[in-house]
Amino acid sequence: MSPVNPTRRQTLGLTAVLAGALSLAACNRGGGEAGGEGGGGGGTVMLSVSTQTNPFFVQLVDGARKAADELGLTLEVQDASDDASTQANHLQNAITQGVACVIVNPTDSDAVSASIEALNAAEIPVIAVDRNATSGELVSYIASDNVAGGAQAAQALAEAIGDTGQILVLQGVPGASATRDRGQGFTEEIAKHGDIEVVAEQTANFDRAEGLNVATNLLQANPDVVGIFAHNDEMALGAIEALGPRAGSEVFVVGFDGTGDGLAAVEAGTMHATIAQQPGELGAQAVEQAQTVVEGGSPEAEVQVDVVVVTAENVSEYL
Amino acid sequence: MTATAQTTSPTRRSTLSKVGHWAMNNGALVGLILLCIGLFIATPAFLTIPNIINIGIQAAVVAILAFGMTFVIVTAGIDLSVGSVAALGAMVSAYSFASLNLPGILTVVVGLGVGMLAGSISGLAIAYGKLPAFIATLAMMSIARGLTLVVSNGTPIDTSDTVNIFGSRVAGIPVPIFAMALAGVVCWFILSRTVLGRSMYAVGGNIEAARLSGIPVKRVLVWVYALSGLFAGLAGLVLAGRLRSAGPQAGSGYELDAIAAVVIGGASLAGGSGRATGTLIGAILLAVIRNGLNILNVSSFWQQVVIGCVIALAVGFDVFRRKTDS
Repeated sequence: MSPVNPTRRQTLGLTAVLAGALSLAACNRGGGEAGGEGGGGGGTVMLSVSTQTNPFFVQLVDGARKAADELGLTLEVQDASDDASTQANHLQNAITQGVACVIVNPTDSDAVSASIEALNAAEIPVIAVDRNATSGELVSYIASDNVAGGAQAAQALAEAIGDTGQILVLQGVPGASATRDRGQGFTEEIAKHGDIEVVAEQTANFDRAEGLNVATNLLQANPDVVGIFAHNDEMALGAIEALGPRAGSEVFVVGFDGTGDGLAAVEAGTMHATIAQQPGELGAQAVEQAQTVVEGGSPEAEVQVDVVVVTAENVSEYL
Repeated sequence: MTATAQTTSPTRRSTLSKVGHWAMNNGALVGLILLCIGLFIATPAFLTIPNIINIGIQAAVVAILAFGMTFVIVTAGIDLSVGSVAALGAMVSAYSFASLNLPGILTVVVGLGVGMLAGSISGLAIAYGKLPAFIATLAMMSIARGLTLVVSNGTPIDTSDTVNIFGSRVAGIPVPIFAMALAGVVCWFILSRTVLGRSMYAVGGNIEAARLSGIPVKRVLVWVYALSGLFAGLAGLVLAGRLRSAGPQAGSGYELDAIAAVVIGGASLAGGSGRATGTLIGAILLAVIRNGLNILNVSSFWQQVVIGCVIALAVGFDVFRRKTDS
């Protein structure tokens, strides 16, 4: 009696598992060949985004979603919450799901490399957006030109303060590529303006509250400052709080990113300019390249999305 | 007053050794004074009235969180959720204003209420659910941050004018400093003048003894975390008021500053000790370090090293003092 039941159960179980596996395999093959029929993740593009807690990346994802809808592409968005290992897990899942293409916005350019190599081994094409990877093969890299943006910020600030006076710089998260590139572009360009002196450079970690505190402290030590460059709009908005009514009249603030709040401050006149990246455009371009890949075409190896200087004159176009 | 520092002085003691003994018992305060002298010598911009007010304003958020944390640490607990709970309180308050059009005063009540509710839930999980405080508040940290993101959808929301008062000046007095003082007085009063406060020291000293002597340990614990949440709600409103908006990532990592402030202030993570005045000094010490290093334009890498050293020194000093006292 007793040996019979387990055997029957085992047979049933085995049949079920086999059936499942077969149907999965069939789906995978079908999806892979037809390119975009959905089932089993075959035609799906995965977008692994570093974080959704920052308006910039929210806009990036929105742009990607919109483009995917227009192109009729299935887009699966995964949020890594700024954690490299979470992102590694998502990319691992992409392999098991057998997606057609992966768009990755790395939390960390070094940490993501191992995952990209694994995707390479599984022959899943990878596109990086906004941040690059240190190693591993990418079919395309889409980014704004942060170095050029830093230089544009320097020009905008120099113009605002009449090419002379003391300025402060609020840096982003130490070591982040955006911090390095924007800082490099700004420093190189501002050095060409001999009468402008950078009296202090401090990090406020891309954070508004820290921007307020650090700007307050720096203004205490440097009361004659006439300009502030912040590596992102959040810190610029903090600096504007620190300046109070002096913002936009006595002290000119230039931010970076062109977020909703940043643009509103430009319109209100408290922020002199923001260097708008076009995060929606970054997302859209990434999806367009992914579409090319999924259809078997060859994507562009590098896409540079323009950054734009937004001042009171042209802010209405971006609001 | 408390089970902490007050030791009876032996008969006959020279003035020098009395000063030495006082300094031993007030290590954080002595450190703060020495630091201020050093920074004043390094840069005269440090010891000006406007800068001292700046330091007060910048210390306020961490100090308010730390006052709430003092109750928790006195009972030998830990609350890792205060930074996230502060953000959640502020965010729900901003949401209630921006999307639900609640009147200003209610948006303040909502912010405080959400904080207290989140704290109460942690407290219930710890007291009745038998979860370790570390785990319960770690879970709450994640839940509160997640809900903050859900409510905000990842973007900052403007706060009501009433909440913005928390970040402004009224009759020339910066409200953050006023809020910090109020929180400090409430913390001091509860710890040293109420049955609840005495029960907290008893629970932190020896939970089993406290239970056997008839202290309602579970109820005390729920109150402790509810108060921590309430203070976090207040801190969130001050933070949001200063920026006139509630940010989804606001207050990240503040729980560690709050714990550091309490510990620098002389409380032991083993429970049973801690004072409001010590916590205040700890919070001000952290703000002074950040302010001073900013003014001196010291790199942020070194700022982190310095703050780490101060925490290690403070705790090491405390351990040393306890040894020599006993």
